[in-house]
Amino acid sequence: MASGKKRDLRVYPGFRGMTWFCMALLYAPMVVITVYSFNSIRSITTWGGFSFDWYVKAFNNPSIQQATLNSLIIALAAATFATVLATSAAIAMIRGRSFRGQSGVFALLNLPLMIPEIVTAVATLVFFLAVGIDLGLMTVFIAHAVFCIPFAYMPISARMEGIEGYYEEAAQDLYADRWASFRYVLLPMLLPGVLSGYMLAFIISLDDFIITNMVAGPGATTLPLAIYGKVRTGFTPEINAISTIMLLISCLFVTGSYFAGRAGKRRGEQR
Amino acid sequence: MAGGPPAVEKSSGRTAGGIGRGRALLLTPAMLTILVFMVAPLCFVGVYSFLTPGTYGGVVWEFSTEAYIQFLFERDFLDETLVFTSSYLSIYGRSIGQALVATLACLAIGFPTAYFMATRPEHQRNVWVFLVTVPYWVNLLIRTVSMLFIIRDEGPLNAVLQAAGIIDEPIRIAYTDFAIGLGLVYSYLPFMVLPIYAAIERFDFRLVEAAYDLYADRWTILRKVILPITMPGIVAGSLLVFVPSLGSFIAPDLLGGGKHLMIGNLVALQFQGSRNWPFGSAAAVILMTLVLIALMVLIWLKNRNRVEGR
Amino acid sequence: MSDRDETASAVEIRNVVKVYGTGPGAVRALADVSLDIRDNEFFTLLGPSGCGKTTLLRIIAGFEQLTGGRVFLFGDEIEGLPPNRRPVNTVFQHYALFPHMTVAENVAFALRRLKRPEDEVRTRVGEMLELVKMSALAGRRPLQLSGGQQQRVALARALAPHPKVLLLDEPLSALDLKLRHAMRVELKQLQEETGITFIFVTHDQEEALTMSDRIAVMSDGEVQQVGEAEDIYERPINRFVADFIGETNFLGVTVESILGDRATCKMADGFAIECDAVGAPPPGAAAHVSVRPEKMTLAAPGDGGPACRVKRLVYLGTDTHYKVALADGAEVTVRVQNAHEKSISFRPGDAAMLRFDAGAAKLLVD
Repeated sequence: MASGKKRDLRVYPGFRGMTWFCMALLYAPMVVITVYSFNSIRSITTWGGFSFDWYVKAFNNPSIQQATLNSLIIALAAATFATVLATSAAIAMIRGRSFRGQSGVFALLNLPLMIPEIVTAVATLVFFLAVGIDLGLMTVFIAHAVFCIPFAYMPISARMEGIEGYYEEAAQDLYADRWASFRYVLLPMLLPGVLSGYMLAFIISLDDFIITNMVAGPGATTLPLAIYGKVRTGFTPEINAISTIMLLISCLFVTGSYFAGRAGKRRGEQR
Repeated sequence: MAGGPPAVEKSSGRTAGGIGRGRALLLTPAMLTILVFMVAPLCFVGVYSFLTPGTYGGVVWEFSTEAYIQFLFERDFLDETLVFTSSYLSIYGRSIGQALVATLACLAIGFPTAYFMATRPEHQRNVWVFLVTVPYWVNLLIRTVSMLFIIRDEGPLNAVLQAAGIIDEPIRIAYTDFAIGLGLVYSYLPFMVLPIYAAIERFDFRLVEAAYDLYADRWTILRKVILPITMPGIVAGSLLVFVPSLGSFIAPDLLGGGKHLMIGNLVALQFQGSRNWPFGSAAAVILMTLVLIALMVLIWLKNRNRVEGR
Repeated sequence: MSDRDETASAVEIRNVVKVYGTGPGAVRALADVSLDIRDNEFFTLLGPSGCGKTTLLRIIAGFEQLTGGRVFLFGDEIEGLPPNRRPVNTVFQHYALFPHMTVAENVAFALRRLKRPEDEVRTRVGEMLELVKMSALAGRRPLQLSGGQQQRVALARALAPHPKVLLLDEPLSALDLKLRHAMRVELKQLQEETGITFIFVTHDQEEALTMSDRIAVMSDGEVQQVGEAEDIYERPINRFVADFIGETNFLGVTVESILGDRATCKMADGFAIECDAVGAPPPGAAAHVSVRPEKMTLAAPGDGGPACRVKRLVYLGTDTHYKVALADGAEVTVRVQNAHEKSISFRPGDAAMLRFDAGAAKLLVD
């Protein structure tokens, strides 16, 4: 499609170089810390050989184990809660005529995305303390669950909008009541979006630091909090190991979420 | 079932423009959760900013604008007069400055990248977009930790520079304003690239051909044709970098060593160390106002572009 | 109220009105539509897009609600019933086959929702797939099927739960020409075999003419004419129907007199036409007389008809279309079959005379 002359015009010197620089900038730190996590000796300048030692060490640490457990429990719970609520809201928002106040509801649903995270963090803290809720695992869960709703909502609503209205009409035409139409037609078609939303909510919860930092009580340390505490006291290779694991999990879940969304699009496409 | 007077007005059982009961029910859980755990807390913060700090943290329910006054003035200990102090203003100034610098840096790096990506063959583009998107969703704390790991005195960057003979002693990069800027760029770069990419992808390159035909060289074309038309993407990307940078916490905290405070740190400090809740609330309110202004600027610019037929 | 004799109404539509929105921006989709659709009939709603035919179909199905009027199904009033409680089923324009289910599961859907016993479901599904000749592909997914195959599955799915009426919303519009012609025959046969009332929506008048028992021509939310194909074609009651169905020529005339159902009109060049007075404009009014191209012939210049000049020919193998210009400049198409014997032939530029029977000319109003 690009003639020689066109290709000439669209190329700017240095742009390709800048792109590679950009990619390097984005990925270098993560790559570097990963590499060093496998260094068997504790040195920046010398490579002692490939080893999983630091991983073993890190995860034999009881406080790390507890933090990991906390993180996973909260992420699972918050993602489930957020996904269910987001699915429910998406059905109401997208199916049917538009209603008064719809853009207001939309703004409200996306509110957590628009407020700077530090503000959300202190506001939530203030709220809990003012109302008299003790800080602990529960407060972290609540804060995460709310915060994750818009993240779950995004892929779900995107998928929902791609599902034509005539499928549910066909279901009704074929004697399905509201629940059957949802269960046998809408939900299966929606599933890739729901899955994608769940994975996104999960990883957002797992990775969260700022809000968790504010509202976690004693004993409610999560993995990001643990890492932060350790970094404050000085770098150790265990930090590299835990960081690498978290990076990998993040990448996996984001990629998974992305492909779950795409798979649905391919499957549901009917022309 | 048949018979009876002819039916006339048949409505669907709901008021025009209103939402049906079933749908309202579906929306309720999410709405309720957000109202109670997001909107209410924000209201608390707003209210608290006008109260008096309690002795051991918390608030005393006495109206006071002291928190806001504190930003600009200090009360002289002895005679209670207000003396202008710039310490808090400088924090806000630094935050805005950092955010601006980060935005410009992201623009300098992001625009060429977005342009390059958008001019790749069709199937390649998705890969590039994916590659740029992934880092954004990866744990921000870990990414910042990774950045700190590299630039600290005993880190690989200094090690490489020393080994190459470029420097004799490690140069202090970490815990500086520069490090914070670097961290901000690193954090939000993808969100500059993606909107610009979207704008350039939609751009009709036949305009470039037309300009070329009229003897423009490619840099002029860039300035006079491409840039103005992709401006909405540039504006969107700039805001998506500026706003989070303004309220950033992790970058200044980790990379600045807690010495170069930005608004986010100031706010956090009031609720952890200093325990001056009204002041912290006021700081939060001011931050939200700045964010709101930035968002309104974005909307205004978007509408202006639309009116001008873009 | 529920007589089931030969001419029983399957669907009775009485004074149906449908308005979207309120106030000055309100859209009137249907204005006082009344129709009587008989049992075991292939009934077509025909009209250009926006005429309200699909809206009417959706009202019968239950996807839209009336603003006014009533709808009866075999004597029972159905307004107020949701779609899943009406014994009618729909074949959608884009088929709406559930992509995550197999062909067999799609066809079985309604029966399962109606809680029929599983062996009954299986038998019925088999029957239906047999009927539409899709038995071999029962295990496939809709995405793996061609357009024509999807259409057959949609039919089988809609017929499986023994509907009293089958609604078809432009089901052939997404198919290519050859397939469309083949499906017309199949659909017609299907209706005859099953004996179910078919209500068919289309904008393609050839489709309507070839398949239907009766046609309702619609425009702008109103029914213009209802009748059998020949009725509508040969005896259109207004200008819209004459123009929409097939091709016709409109000759500009001035009305001289009207006597009963015959009228005398004068053309621009003075030639007097005797025609059927379908409309009745006052004497002296300007009007149009409709004559179909195939009802006209060309002859050597003379007194038997309006004078014209041949502008060009379009040769179509089976016949030749002559485009001729009248004295007032208006263009008329004359369709002459290319019979084996070549009679008088005309070339562009020749002077000629139009000939047609008085019975073929119709004075119509809008």
